[in-house]
Amino acid sequence: MKKPVFPTGSILYDAILSRVFFVIGLSCLVLLLLIMLFLILEGLPIFRTVGVADFLFGTSWYPTYSPPQFGVAPLIIASLAVTLLASVIAVPLSLAVAVYLAELAHPAVKEIIKPIVEIIASIPSVVIGFFGMVVVAPFLQEHFDIDTGLNMINAALMLAFMAVPTIASISEDAISSVPTSLKEASYALGANRWQTIFHITVPASLSGIWTAIILGVSRVIGETMVVLMVAGGAGIIPKSIFDPIRPLTANIAAEMAEAAFHGDHYYALFAIAIILFAITMVFNLIADYLSNRYKFKEL
Amino acid sequence: MPGRSIREETASRGAGAHSRRNADIVEKAMFGIMRVCSFAVLVFLVLMLGYIFKEGISAISLNFLTEMPRNEMREGGILPAILGTFYLMLGASVISIPIGIITAIYLSEYASNPRVVKIIRLEINNLAGVPSVVFGLFGLGLFVVYLGFGVSILAGSLTLGILNLPVIIRSTEEALLTVPKTYREASLSLGATRWQTIYKIVLPNALPGILTGVMLSLGRAAGETAPIMFTAAAFYTPTLPHSIFSEVMALPYHIFVMATAGLYIDETRHIQYGTAIVLIMLVLLLNLAGLIARYRFRRRMKSSL
Repeated sequence: MKKPVFPTGSILYDAILSRVFFVIGLSCLVLLLLIMLFLILEGLPIFRTVGVADFLFGTSWYPTYSPPQFGVAPLIIASLAVTLLASVIAVPLSLAVAVYLAELAHPAVKEIIKPIVEIIASIPSVVIGFFGMVVVAPFLQEHFDIDTGLNMINAALMLAFMAVPTIASISEDAISSVPTSLKEASYALGANRWQTIFHITVPASLSGIWTAIILGVSRVIGETMVVLMVAGGAGIIPKSIFDPIRPLTANIAAEMAEAAFHGDHYYALFAIAIILFAITMVFNLIADYLSNRYKFKEL
Repeated sequence: MPGRSIREETASRGAGAHSRRNADIVEKAMFGIMRVCSFAVLVFLVLMLGYIFKEGISAISLNFLTEMPRNEMREGGILPAILGTFYLMLGASVISIPIGIITAIYLSEYASNPRVVKIIRLEINNLAGVPSVVFGLFGLGLFVVYLGFGVSILAGSLTLGILNLPVIIRSTEEALLTVPKTYREASLSLGATRWQTIYKIVLPNALPGILTGVMLSLGRAAGETAPIMFTAAAFYTPTLPHSIFSEVMALPYHIFVMATAGLYIDETRHIQYGTAIVLIMLVLLLNLAGLIARYRFRRRMKSSL
């Protein structure tokens, strides 16, 4: 066998490898910058035709009219509204699951339930959207006497279901990491289990819980297939939770195929992607900041 | 009551057995609510999967899995969608597994500057948070148009591969962290270089944990729709893909288009349910494999400590 120039055991080999790994390790950074660059390159040209304020606050989204109108306010409001509604459902539900798993469930039961909750996270969003379309929509239409079951509340329910594993699992980790000594101190003062959970354990794990909520909400804002399939798709400002809506993500997915390459419509959709990217980036930065603060050191 | 301090709470409880009884009632009620909530989530999951299986199981047959669609996709099988999803999973893995594992090794074994580690980790978290439809746009802009790959397996695999990077990196890092420091020290003290230590000691011990991440990422690649919509997926292809530059049908996209577009939405419901079952089974099996790998891994790590 030929002797290699750099034997794999040499220090030089190790040093070279360390550099190579460093360069490859930077790939995430490079990719993130590339994504930003592309969104900006393909999105900013829209502002040659439409002012930034008109784009953000315009209330009419008619990209195919002549002249086309590119006001994304209804889409932004739709995204915020459906996210808020989904959060109102998902956050209490997830926290209940988290506390149940961390404090109440028998260890053997927890061993079974926790993976099942995590399975929810693995179900493809298109399947959840499909279920919303074929089962939840007809159900809502029938029982609430509305024109269409494809609307905001349907989307919010499906999104809430998808957010539960994220919020519950991260919150559960945070709650479980509260030192036993804190809880024992509370019991010693005569507090019962619920009082201890409510006044000691949950407040002590609040930064982790906030991280969980923010990550969950950020996933909801960015979720595409569910809102594309069940939100109804009407680009109007919703007045009730039974109105069909068209969130930002659904709008991109629905229109990209028909937008002419490097036309105004195409640029406008990339500009919407910039908005989405910025929102989720801010959410992630906040989550990162929170999770690095107030962390319990191993005792 | 959120406004009260624990001291007030204990003071008022000292007032008598009455408030203690109240506190116990509150405890019972709250615990009941939590059990009901947890139960409700599980019930919804079971209802959803159960309903899809009930409606779709009749569509599943060997022919459904191995035949081309016929008669404008109103009949026949979903072979091209299964194969397409398989190719995309494979392509995404080829991209994300090496880069992801190497990044994780760098972060946990080589990196010495905590500032660099912090920045890279922040970027990984940010990348993980980018909405999937934005990845789709990026893939369209960079791979399909700028690099000229067209709507193809290649462009879709690259897009999915990038999307999967954070999953692989995180789980690999987690797996590397569970390898005890003493293993590394023992190897280094015998005169092995860092790379020899990583290759011969750390990686073999972390392998099942890494496998878990790979399985989870495969499942994710199989189920994602938005990133492949503009980069790889086709409504219908008359033949099976013959190169990495072919566009493909894919299971999640097939469900989406069959359920939302075309003239035969109601007529082809059974095909939609059947496709959903195939996709769910694929994803669940991959996740189950991942969970089992993780479970056995944890048990082994515990017993070896």
